[in-house]
Amino acid sequence: MKPKLLLFLLPGLMALAVYSCTKLEPAAPVADTVMDAPLDGMTSAQYKLFNEGAGEFDEVYHTETGLGPVFVATSCGSCHAGDNRGHLFTILTRFGQPDTAGNRFLAMGGPQLQNRAIQGHSPEEIPAGATSSKFTAPIASGVGFLELVSDADIIAMAEANITHPDGVRGHPNWNTIPDYVIPFPDAVSKGGKYICRFGRKASTYNLHQQTVQAFNQDIGVTTSFLPNNPFNYLSGLNPVQTADPEISDASVNATVFYLQGLQAPIQRDQNDAQVVSGKNIFINIGCESCHRQTLKTGFSPIEPLSYQEFHPYTDLLVHDMGVGLNDHYTEGTAKPSEWRTTPLWGLGLAGDAQGGNLFLMHDGRALSIEDAILMHGGEAEVSATRFMDLSQPDKDALLKFLKSL
Amino acid sequence: MKIKLKLIILLLSVARISSAQIDSSLLKRVEKDTTNTTMSMDELYNRPFLKINKLPVSLGGYLEFNYQHLGTDGVSDGHEFQFRRLSLFIASSVSKRIKFLSEIEFEHDKDEELEGNPMEIEIEFAAIDFEFHPLLNLRGGIILNPIGSFNQNHDGPKWEFTDRPIAMTQMLPATFSNTGFGLYGKHYSNDWMFGYEFYLTGGLDNTIIDNDLNKTYLPHANENSARFVTSNSGEPLLTGKLAVRNTKIGELGISWMGGVYNKWREDGAIIDEKRRSDVIDIDFNTTLPKIDTKIIAEWAWVFVQVPDDYFEQFGTKQQGGFMDIVQPVLKTKILGWEDATLNIAMRLEYVDWNIGEFEDTGDNIADDVWSIMPAISFRPTAQTVLRLNYRYLKQQDIIGNPPATTGGIIFGVSSYF
Repeated sequence: MKPKLLLFLLPGLMALAVYSCTKLEPAAPVADTVMDAPLDGMTSAQYKLFNEGAGEFDEVYHTETGLGPVFVATSCGSCHAGDNRGHLFTILTRFGQPDTAGNRFLAMGGPQLQNRAIQGHSPEEIPAGATSSKFTAPIASGVGFLELVSDADIIAMAEANITHPDGVRGHPNWNTIPDYVIPFPDAVSKGGKYICRFGRKASTYNLHQQTVQAFNQDIGVTTSFLPNNPFNYLSGLNPVQTADPEISDASVNATVFYLQGLQAPIQRDQNDAQVVSGKNIFINIGCESCHRQTLKTGFSPIEPLSYQEFHPYTDLLVHDMGVGLNDHYTEGTAKPSEWRTTPLWGLGLAGDAQGGNLFLMHDGRALSIEDAILMHGGEAEVSATRFMDLSQPDKDALLKFLKSL
Repeated sequence: MKIKLKLIILLLSVARISSAQIDSSLLKRVEKDTTNTTMSMDELYNRPFLKINKLPVSLGGYLEFNYQHLGTDGVSDGHEFQFRRLSLFIASSVSKRIKFLSEIEFEHDKDEELEGNPMEIEIEFAAIDFEFHPLLNLRGGIILNPIGSFNQNHDGPKWEFTDRPIAMTQMLPATFSNTGFGLYGKHYSNDWMFGYEFYLTGGLDNTIIDNDLNKTYLPHANENSARFVTSNSGEPLLTGKLAVRNTKIGELGISWMGGVYNKWREDGAIIDEKRRSDVIDIDFNTTLPKIDTKIIAEWAWVFVQVPDDYFEQFGTKQQGGFMDIVQPVLKTKILGWEDATLNIAMRLEYVDWNIGEFEDTGDNIADDVWSIMPAISFRPTAQTVLRLNYRYLKQQDIIGNPPATTGGIIFGVSSYF
């Protein structure tokens, strides 16, 4: 090589590199393979708040920023990888409520076990005599849509169940709500209780309550809404109200907005013949009685959320799932064997959030979609039996449909 | 306006007078030792210095800046122009066998700057060495813990890559220095050289497992400036290195750094168990004869005692390292520069931030990163490098989900002065 070539080589390489810099960089993943994208059509201010909330959602807490002293995880993102379903390593345990009469172990650290502790502190243990259940984190994507389903629509779905020929009898989980939760204008109240819809037992009213509780019970972070650290009777930690909350109301609100602004999972291969056939089988064998494909939202100041039809495959009701899924633990007015219908959207990408494995059902006990179907008892037993009776091609089609969600 | 004009004229006059006073013959360039008789442990003093007439002080330093355009899965910060660091050296011989060296670093860290924290100004090294015998030297002051050869030999102009190795700067504490003292020495015999270093210094602290990165992260201890006056655990950190070099084969070093890192006693009362962190590091470098291919490799293992009930995301074991392959393709007079060199190079890197399995599933805890970085570098002199790197990096989360991919170009300049 002639040395003078360098006169052209280095500047040329630099120019080429700068010119093609974006072409040398990895492209964004296809929209229907991600769960953490914002809704299309938000205003600039809403995108800004969404991004702020994304930062709060992934903020990792440590002792100086409010973690603990006892906790389950160190950030929201720890449990909701990619905003899809959670992994077993961040599974949480709730204890102390064997029936609908309320939690009997609140004075001993109930309802949630904080199984980890910062240095110099002891984690909680389940008190003797308390029954418990383990919950993996549910999908976070699309929860803004679920929040906006009207109580009237939920009640209508429950009323339709009264005469359901397969014995489906789902009902809302009526639960008391904390003082800091403001009911929606169209909320229906019964005996001072409201229809709750979030969480494995549908015991949480809205995303504000869900977020505040998660900060407090999962990470040990106090807010003005829940100013006490989680209680650990073993170490004598006193749940004295903190004068200065560890995170601001603005941080809580941004986190709530982030959840509201997440896009709903996008179904893939919708027009594939096997997927279409699988969807028909899904409806025909009765799965859609609980896993309702289409719901609609009411008004929202976030325009792309307002008055939308969406496809979560849930009815937001709790259903008796039979003795096999009775954990002898419950919340609100749900019985111990009753669980909220899990939204099936995002199911096909669950493996991308669970390390290539699948940990389905409320506690991750099902290691495949087929396992999960076969664990359905109680009100879902008729549909599960019909699934077992399907021909193999029909089973394959149904599973392919579920994986497309 | 008139006052401003007068001021400018006055300043220009002073500048002219000052310029007239510079006698470049007073400045003598002390080149670095390029013979094959030095080891990594010598790199601290083996830097180009300027000596001013008969002043007993030598001055030196280097600076680094770059342009980069990187993106991760379609998201990019766009064009970035970065001033990474300016390092100043001051050295002097107090007497024939007592010498002093200091290194003051001005560093811009992107993440810190974006969080509104100002540029770091740090005394990275400031020590006095007493030579009692070539095999017995005492060093004391703010010293670099010699864990691995990169820590001893990290000056930007020596490398063909703008970014420092991930394992050596993010898994090991990068250029980790502490107050302390210790012994070092060397022995030569024909083609063989043997060297050792052993130091007692202040140590790490609780933030290595209590931080905002969701992982065990030893470099967090660098942010604790109190380590220069007290050891967080109240116990010393021990650092030792043994190295052997054959002039025809290369140099092999093994180093260890360990001690209690956490505050386990406060006001005399025991508040926690003692927990240790230990690091083992192996480094190797050689230059292949005839083709002059330079190979630099280093691998390290980190062991940290994490509380039993702490988050699994904070690993008890980490490992990682890198290998640089640098091939000169042109070595001649280029555009008037004598001994200019054009190199092609490649860096391969890997770090597993968390070796182990999940308790609940028995599955591997992932949280690893691997990177490949081809490069072209041009050295008009041995002390200055212009380098063009392409970064391709994959980072997998703790669960082992599909990795995030980062790619892009980095063009940088680094030079001693």
